[in-house]
Amino acid sequence: MKKIIAYLKSLLLLELAAGLWLTLKYLFKPKYTMRFPMETIPRSVRFRGLHALRRYPNGEERCIACKLCEAVCPALAITIDSAPRASDGQRRTTRYDIDLFKCIYCGFCEESCPVDSIVLTDVLEYHMERRGENIITKPQLLAMGDRFEKSIAANRAQDAAYR
Amino acid sequence: MNLSSDPMIFLWTLGKILIVAVPLIIAVAMYVWWERKVIGWMHVRMGPNKIGPFGLLQAFADVTKLLIKEIIIPTNANRLLYFTAPLLAVIPALAVWAVVPFNGGGLVIADVNAGVLYLLAMTSLGVYGIILAGWASNSRYALLGSMRSAAQMISYEICMGMALVCVLVLAGSLNFTAIVEAQAGSKGLFDWFWLPLLPMFFVYYISGVAETNRLPFDVAEGESEIVAGFHVEYSGSAFALFFLAEYANMILLSFLAPILFLGGWLSPFQGWHLGFLSEPSWIWLFLKFFIFATSLIWLRATFPRYRYDQIMRLGWKVFIPISIVWIFVAGIFRYFNVVTPGH
Amino acid sequence: MNHSIFQMVCFVVFAVVAVGAALAVVSVKNTVHAVLALVLTFFSAACLWMLAEAEFLALALVVVYVGAVMVLFLFVVMMLDIDLEPMREGFIKYLPIGIGAAVIMLVEMLGIVGVKTLQIPAGANPAGASNIEWLGMALFTRFLLPFEIAALILTVGLVAAVVLALRVRTFSKHQNPAAQSAVRAAGRVRMVKMAATPPAASSKQESQA
Repeated sequence: MKKIIAYLKSLLLLELAAGLWLTLKYLFKPKYTMRFPMETIPRSVRFRGLHALRRYPNGEERCIACKLCEAVCPALAITIDSAPRASDGQRRTTRYDIDLFKCIYCGFCEESCPVDSIVLTDVLEYHMERRGENIITKPQLLAMGDRFEKSIAANRAQDAAYR
Repeated sequence: MNLSSDPMIFLWTLGKILIVAVPLIIAVAMYVWWERKVIGWMHVRMGPNKIGPFGLLQAFADVTKLLIKEIIIPTNANRLLYFTAPLLAVIPALAVWAVVPFNGGGLVIADVNAGVLYLLAMTSLGVYGIILAGWASNSRYALLGSMRSAAQMISYEICMGMALVCVLVLAGSLNFTAIVEAQAGSKGLFDWFWLPLLPMFFVYYISGVAETNRLPFDVAEGESEIVAGFHVEYSGSAFALFFLAEYANMILLSFLAPILFLGGWLSPFQGWHLGFLSEPSWIWLFLKFFIFATSLIWLRATFPRYRYDQIMRLGWKVFIPISIVWIFVAGIFRYFNVVTPGH
Repeated sequence: MNHSIFQMVCFVVFAVVAVGAALAVVSVKNTVHAVLALVLTFFSAACLWMLAEAEFLALALVVVYVGAVMVLFLFVVMMLDIDLEPMREGFIKYLPIGIGAAVIMLVEMLGIVGVKTLQIPAGANPAGASNIEWLGMALFTRFLLPFEIAALILTVGLVAAVVLALRVRTFSKHQNPAAQSAVRAAGRVRMVKMAATPPAASSKQESQA
């Protein structure tokens, strides 16, 4: 008897109908698709994206070439050369390169920095077109810092209580 | 202008063919768009929405891409058959439309008496394109795909033919227009053949899905096992022809199921005196067509692929016995006038 | 241009294609091409019958022979790995027999065509009604018994073919889809009720430690 009922059930395609009903319900559900260039997902203030070097409000660059970030970098992505600055003899970096192919975006450089100079911004939309463009240099990093200072400062302020 | 002169008849026939074929090809493009949309919605996605309003021009962009792509010929392929195969797939798929009526009063290219037979003949020719494509490609996957699809199409042709026989027994004609007119009556949609032939309706529909090699019966393509089956080696416009043939066959199935079982252009409220709602019209046919065409997409979005032995089991051990029994039942219906055509 | 001339042109075209394809069947080296030429022959013959207004025969030829039988032929030929060289060896040896058979067939065909042409040619539509209707009437009334016997013989042939070709391979492992889909959780999993308290002895040892 059980066998006959099971046979009739399979003959009437009940399970298939159940499956069809499920997909029909999904047909009318609101869609999750994010139309990326027009819409973006809200990003955490702790998001670790592209790097930047910050300046003090008076325009002086923060970095003092202590090379802590270079030392802590687990991927050996940072290369720093330093020399006394010609104008006032302060120790400054002459070269600050980050290899974006090596970088694992762990944020240790930011953690180790005593003057909050190197930071990871929340910029994630970037690309390179030629070999060599993956290494970003000091002027590029400073420019990033100048450009996004507002959002960098806002994100840091929002997260300060938990640091 | 003498319309009955031979050249005029010739031109008029040519015109009628174009009137059907050109919208058909555009319908294929729109059907592809609609398929991607519906499947997207069922996946909680949006589907194509970038090219044109609502992504409507997506299919045309795809066609353009396919047409300007290079056709690659495998080194050891049989060149003649390699290029004949896509044509052999497309020609029957388009030729069938000669006998498909769109409305009463002879809105059909050729109102022949043997329409159903012609349909069977043409659909059985479609298998050649697939077999030859698989063989001529000289590729293992392609050959496997073509063997699978040939066995599947021949098996399901039998139950499809038997479902048609049931319709013929009740309608008493091989002419599609006459078959639709035999479903007219005063009891609304209960006069149509789906009611006395309910099991055959499902058998016909499911075998139709299997005939067109659509999911869940798409072992001929089976991209998870044999990459793309019989058309692995095809690219560019040759692939586009296979694509066109498959979708033209799907549209054909979605037209024939209503014509044979759901009263074609007859209103579901016929004889209930509801004003224009009870009038037969081509709008009803296209509405039914749309429902069936969407249901094919719905099946694709819902079910996983059948295993090959299960497909064969379903065709030979389930559908054919049901069909044989129901031909007998249909004969009894007809003999004792349980179902009378046209009343 | 009138109808009969158009029909004549069609007839000639189809006939030439049919004869040419038939010649190709026996002369082409590639077996798959030969099978396809045979398909073309059948198709052209169907078109000729269509011209003679024998629609049912024409379409049945396409459905049965082109659509099913030749597909299976093609299947077999595609799977064969034929070495062409040894096949051509016996050509001269068998040529006289072949010519003899061909001549006999030609004489027979000429004979039957000659006999037919002596009589008044009857159209394919003798009753004036539809060809198919007439054929169906004849098959299911006057010729019902031969029809059923033919069906029976075909069924016997089918069963015989299955019996002859069927190998029951007891050693092969295969699944039974019906049994697979009939599986329910209740048949596979046995729920056992067990007390959730830990054994008394071990808890004592723990407290001592």
